Amino acid sequence: MTDERRVPEDESLEDNIGQQFDRLPATPDDRTVSGRASRKEIVDWWVEQYDVDPKIFDPFTFWEKGAGKIWIFGDDTSSPIEVEGLGMTVMRTRQRHWKPTMSAVQRFAQHANKNVIELSGEEAVRFAQGENIQYEAWDGDWGYLIVAHELAGSLAPIGVGLYLYGELRSTVPKGRRESLDTLE
Amino acid sequence: MNPLERYAPLVDDRDAFFAACERPLPSVVRVNPIKAPRSRVCDAFDEEGVGYEPVTWNDSLLRLDERGPGTTWPYYHGWIHGQEEVSAFPATVLDPQPGERVWDACAAPGSKTTQLSALMDDTGIVVGNDNNLGRLSALRHNAERLGVTNLVVTHQDGRSFSLKPFDFDEFDRALVDAPCSCEGTCRKNPTALEGWTLNHVHGVAGVQKGILSRAIQATKPGGTVVYSTCTFAPEENEAVIDYVLENEDCKVVPFETPLETAPGVTEWEDETFDPAVTDTHRVYPHFNDTGGFYCAKLEVTA
Repeated sequence: MTDERRVPEDESLEDNIGQQFDRLPATPDDRTVSGRASRKEIVDWWVEQYDVDPKIFDPFTFWEKGAGKIWIFGDDTSSPIEVEGLGMTVMRTRQRHWKPTMSAVQRFAQHANKNVIELSGEEAVRFAQGENIQYEAWDGDWGYLIVAHELAGSLAPIGVGLYLYGELRSTVPKGRRESLDTLE
Repeated sequence: MNPLERYAPLVDDRDAFFAACERPLPSVVRVNPIKAPRSRVCDAFDEEGVGYEPVTWNDSLLRLDERGPGTTWPYYHGWIHGQEEVSAFPATVLDPQPGERVWDACAAPGSKTTQLSALMDDTGIVVGNDNNLGRLSALRHNAERLGVTNLVVTHQDGRSFSLKPFDFDEFDRALVDAPCSCEGTCRKNPTALEGWTLNHVHGVAGVQKGILSRAIQATKPGGTVVYSTCTFAPEENEAVIDYVLENEDCKVVPFETPLETAPGVTEWEDETFDPAVTDTHRVYPHFNDTGGFYCAKLEVTA
């Protein structure tokens, strides 16, 4: 992908405190912590990368905990907040190529219209157990793609694949890899 | 001696009780409507050749014909969660509503917690607390896989739970699915009875009273608190309810359930309990072909 989005560090702003959840600023102009993505940049990224309707994120708030890990929460609360978890992890920022999580793709990418790669039954099985797949036919962007297969009447996002040089690399975390049956 | 012998005087059909406790449990899954409706889960099972049948008392449960759920595509997608049938009972009794603030005092590993989120359409707030960090990581993992976004995870001792992190000071509802001697899980886990001691029963009962008391204090007047265990021990069930009726601002609320149950007992060994405990429910394994369970519904009165 052409995505090389980074929020530059800015010495005039505060440092990130990794042990607490902070609500993301609404826009870049509201930024008070160096290097922190804003809500607008997160939502715009999903629209640009995967062509999802930005309205799907309206009910949610976005939070950062740790260095660049972004969480999506179905309600709102006071910021900062020191708890063990706040909603679901949605993506990783503070790196050259932002990366969506498997959980976020499964929950929010079923209506994505761009950078979705559809696997055959046999390919889906291999991807789900963490194997990389030779895939020369892809003519879309390189980078983090939504990997999906047909299940029960429509496309179902399985997870995130990294597409580079004709190969689709499975980024399914070890704890979620599984040996599944091939669907015809 | 088999610890279950001590409960024989409480059950209607001793032979059926012991026979059921010996049988393995059916494999049951709960549909996770946050990610897929029941109809799509059924279609996916059909495509994959996984046999299932409905569970009459709860539409969101499916009993699988053979294998465990972990190696199916619907599981991989987080459309289902493996959950013992009777463990889906207390969340339905609590009946949380969308937009509410709900406390799950002993949340890990999260089957009931994520069920609460589903019943609330993944809106409002479920605070899932546990004092065991290792088990909290299982809760986080399950919530991620099921796509739950309304869960706040906390790591506190439930007996002294503080609402300080939050911008509100009381819950609408609370679930206390208490740590217990787990006798009722003997069908799922045949070693559940091996470490059983009466000392442990008495020790854990103290913890249960502490957590349930805190849940009642942290819930608004008029709010609902549900207490559940997977043990048959009256020390951990009716005696705990009797204790909070005496010491906290609450009353027992009668409720009906499509499950076959027996009323709570008012006498056990040398103890007698508040007559209101007859409005709480005991589930024996032979009643509905499930694990054993206990469930009480309370209303906070002040």
